[in-house]
Amino acid sequence: MGEFVMPSLGADMEAGILVEWLKLPGATVKRGDIVAVVETDKGAIEVEIFEDAIIERLLVDVGTKVPVGTPLASLRTIGQTGSVGPVAAAPPRTAAKEQATPLPPPSATIMRPAARPPGMPAAGDATRQRASPAARRIALERGVDLSSVIGSGPGGAVISIDVEKAAGAAKPRTAERGPDLAAMRRAIGAAMARSKREIPHYYLSRTIDLTKATAWLESANAARAPADRLLLQVLTLRAVALALRGRPGFNGFHTAAGFQPSERIHIGTAVAIRGGGLVAPAIHDVDRLTLDELMGRLRDLVARVRAGTLRSSELADPTVTVSSLGERGADALFGIIYPPQVAILGFGAPALRPWIVGSAIEPRTIMTASLAADHRVTDGHAGSLLLADLDRLLQQPAQL
Amino acid sequence: MTAETRDGGFTETTYREAVRTAIREALLSDDRVFLMGEDVGRYGGCYAVTKGLLAEFGPERIRDTPLSEGAFVGAGIGAALGGMRPIVEVMTVNFSLLALDQIVNNAATIRHMSGGQFAVPVVIRMATGAGRQLAAQHSHTLEGWYAHVPGLKVVAPATIEDARGMLSAALADPNPVIIFEHVMLYAVAGKLPAVPAPISLTGAAVRREGHDITLITYGGSLPKTLAAADSLASEGISAEVIDLRCLRPLDTATIVRSVSRTRRAVIIDEGWRTGSFSAEVAARLAEDAFWELDAPIGRVCSEEVPIPYPRHLEEAALPQAAKIVSAAHVALGR
Repeated sequence: MGEFVMPSLGADMEAGILVEWLKLPGATVKRGDIVAVVETDKGAIEVEIFEDAIIERLLVDVGTKVPVGTPLASLRTIGQTGSVGPVAAAPPRTAAKEQATPLPPPSATIMRPAARPPGMPAAGDATRQRASPAARRIALERGVDLSSVIGSGPGGAVISIDVEKAAGAAKPRTAERGPDLAAMRRAIGAAMARSKREIPHYYLSRTIDLTKATAWLESANAARAPADRLLLQVLTLRAVALALRGRPGFNGFHTAAGFQPSERIHIGTAVAIRGGGLVAPAIHDVDRLTLDELMGRLRDLVARVRAGTLRSSELADPTVTVSSLGERGADALFGIIYPPQVAILGFGAPALRPWIVGSAIEPRTIMTASLAADHRVTDGHAGSLLLADLDRLLQQPAQL
Repeated sequence: MTAETRDGGFTETTYREAVRTAIREALLSDDRVFLMGEDVGRYGGCYAVTKGLLAEFGPERIRDTPLSEGAFVGAGIGAALGGMRPIVEVMTVNFSLLALDQIVNNAATIRHMSGGQFAVPVVIRMATGAGRQLAAQHSHTLEGWYAHVPGLKVVAPATIEDARGMLSAALADPNPVIIFEHVMLYAVAGKLPAVPAPISLTGAAVRREGHDITLITYGGSLPKTLAAADSLASEGISAEVIDLRCLRPLDTATIVRSVSRTRRAVIIDEGWRTGSFSAEVAARLAEDAFWELDAPIGRVCSEEVPIPYPRHLEEAALPQAAKIVSAAHVALGR
């Protein structure tokens, strides 16, 4: 028996309001499925589950505010064949990439409820979406794609009211999901105050010549359709990820138990929200993505920040943060670390500067990269090496 | 004659007294009407329905019969063929199995086999159901078996008003009518209009309006279903309760109309689930309301055992309000 708990979506979160159940008792869920929506200072967040399980019972009513860690639902864990006890719950969020071996097919391993109430669908048939006859008829009449509708009926089935809501859609989902900017500002304030209070920051900067990188980018984009073009930010994110591979002291979490480096590199990518406000949701495993994949993730993330449909894991598990000011930004930024992370990298606006190359002065595209890091874990020497690595990587853009 | 007391336009009465009043009224208004069955005369009926009628109407019209259901039900059918309007009482539906041949092979068929020349206007009243610790041979619910047979009308008055009104409608029907009186209803008390309105023999009745789920039942399960609807209301679930009243012919239109609104149905039937009347209702909904449904049709039936004697086991075997509430929760996905 497992539990699905109110997640901590950042150091500044103490409680959240459960606003919607997207899975109901009897539903079989897979690791990564979105189970509920939680209202936080960062807006409505889609909360994922970290194990394969069957939702057994909902423990918290919609509209209730509960502290982080409160069980929201009880789970029946999908165990190994013939096992008597539940299988261990989710691996730690910083664990190495899982799924080396695929899970056995669910139908063979599900521990069925002892007494299934009449009319309750049998578990283990998660692949086919259930929709009631009425839902199917109304979907046909009103041209609604059933696979896009989230069910609220028995066992998570799509029922008529779900389709009517989807068809009506007078108020799109995103409209009601915009973050409360005042609350977000309070949350940023609380997290940053804590950071300044607890984390002994040190700051370093390095000017990096981006002429080669921008030239490479120009030629790479020449062959791409406008929608597929890469941004400079993709190169810098990728370079940060590769640089961090060899410098684990900047990637991980500092908690009461001390510093724990993370093998995976989830870069919290700062995205400004129109009207004020800021979030830095994670792009996962940046060191394992191609530039095109990374561009796709970045585009998706920015779109979802604007739409207010972020997922819990994106907020809960960045291992480091990168803030890029972009072409119209200031020359340099000096970041404040987002606890429990231990480093934040900042990129100022790239600009043409007179630069000495060999013995001549040339116009070059120059950007100031900065690092704010946690003195409890590293010192300026290590930070300098990280920035030097970053510089070196950005001089070989074709290798990124 | 009766224990009724007058109260303005209404009379305080019981289901048992309402049946007796209806029989008395029939005896008074039509000379062709007579009553026969086991212990209906001197003993006053094993559920005391016919108490006092022998003294008032005499042994010609209130006839105690030998313990032979085949014989006295057959005699009733013969009397009906001969122009009389007999009311035959069978002590319980379990015992009526001895008269199945008469009812199914004669009463139900003669009009058809005679090309319409002979009618069988017999009324057969039977007690049915469990709840009084009368054990397996006196407690079963076999209404669905009779509802299977064309040529019969099968009704199940669940309210005092229907108990009072259905008998005269049944006697007015030119064909055989079977009236099922649930043993747990006899003591139910309530009010009746002093001058009862005429009542239709067929057609279902909406006993409580609601919009979240339809609970469909008949006979002795109606009070339990209404109690379940009360309990659901306290959780904010609005349940519509339909009393089928007449099992043959079945009023499909009323249940389809309701379920098309609520999109969910639970059927409550004291019969066993397997092959029960609830299965017929569920099939009708699947045939005629499939595209309106938002959940599988639920059923609350008796457990698949001969009805036990000990009280706790008997109660556990029967549909109860709590079981109905759980079935409604399942249908609503809660």
